[in-house]
Amino acid sequence: MKRPLWLAALVLILLLASRAPVQASPWAGVDETVIEKVAEAAGRPARDSLINTDQGDILLFVFLLAGIAGGFAAGYHFRALFPPRGRNEWRGKIRRGSAMQGAAPLGGKGE
Amino acid sequence: MENNKSERFRRSVRQRQGAVALLAALLAPAWPAPAFAMHISEGILPLPWALLWGAAAIPFIAWGLRDLRSRSEETPWFKPLVGLVGAAVFLISCMPIPVPTAGTCSHPAGTGLAAILIGPGLTVVVASIALTLQALFLAHGGLTTLGANILAMGVVGAYTGYGAWRIARRVGLPWPVAAFLAGLLSDWATYAMTSFELATALQGSGSFTAMFSMLLIAFVPTQIPLGILEGFLCVGAIKFIRGRRPELLPAAAMGGAS
Repeated sequence: MKRPLWLAALVLILLLASRAPVQASPWAGVDETVIEKVAEAAGRPARDSLINTDQGDILLFVFLLAGIAGGFAAGYHFRALFPPRGRNEWRGKIRRGSAMQGAAPLGGKGE
Repeated sequence: MENNKSERFRRSVRQRQGAVALLAALLAPAWPAPAFAMHISEGILPLPWALLWGAAAIPFIAWGLRDLRSRSEETPWFKPLVGLVGAAVFLISCMPIPVPTAGTCSHPAGTGLAAILIGPGLTVVVASIALTLQALFLAHGGLTTLGANILAMGVVGAYTGYGAWRIARRVGLPWPVAAFLAGLLSDWATYAMTSFELATALQGSGSFTAMFSMLLIAFVPTQIPLGILEGFLCVGAIKFIRGRRPELLPAAAMGGAS
């Protein structure tokens, strides 16, 4: 009988969870909307950030900038750690090919 | 004979109850409802609590910085690895992912994977940088709540993920299982810590246990699927590195016991 009880408890928790007490608009970023609502209910409303970028499309702009900067940094380090496999093999083949008679020229179809 | 029949009947009822409960447990999160997320916004925590969490995070950051210096001297490719992991944590932790089971958006943390690759100490450092940038420019978190956010995502997330990974490898679980557990548990631990921080600061005259349980339960619809997603993300990343450049991984990821 232990297993059904355990599962029933799990179901109860999940059902309670799915009926969360705080309502937010669909697909809202819960970081702001929900925690702020709980905090408001507790008398601690959230304040604006020191640099308030949450105005109009400014937030979209800074998120885009952050994506570009983060993506560039990730890509830069990724290439340093994982150099493209195909390019090195291709270069190696050219070097080997130039030493062989009748090898495909640079930019040719090769093998 | 009669006893056997009744025993069989009882067993069949138990099995049916179990099957129904399991089915309900699996379907319950699909019931749309809003949920909670991790970054605590500016001004929510009272000053003493904000200072306390900030002070608690400082030793971990200092330890991580010392770790960076010593390990960079030993290994030439270590700084690019930290750069890559830092950028990944920054991007992952500010990327809202729609969670259909909850009808809201939330974000994973990436600290479990980071802890496997660069260790928990340095994960705290990269998470601190990511959270500071988000608090300053992306209206994501806040400067007064930075310590609490670093402690939840950086410290608790990283050390839980790393601990899960090490324990799972030590007991002989295959690396994909260990990586999955690291991603999953680091995510869940982060949200549990956030609930704890909010409950301690905002309970007022009410019960801490009631507030903490309410917050924790409210995280479930979003964080069950997101934690699973983070677990798979962790497995995928480790698989890729094992295939392309296994020397970047600690011995445990390669099948060793360390």
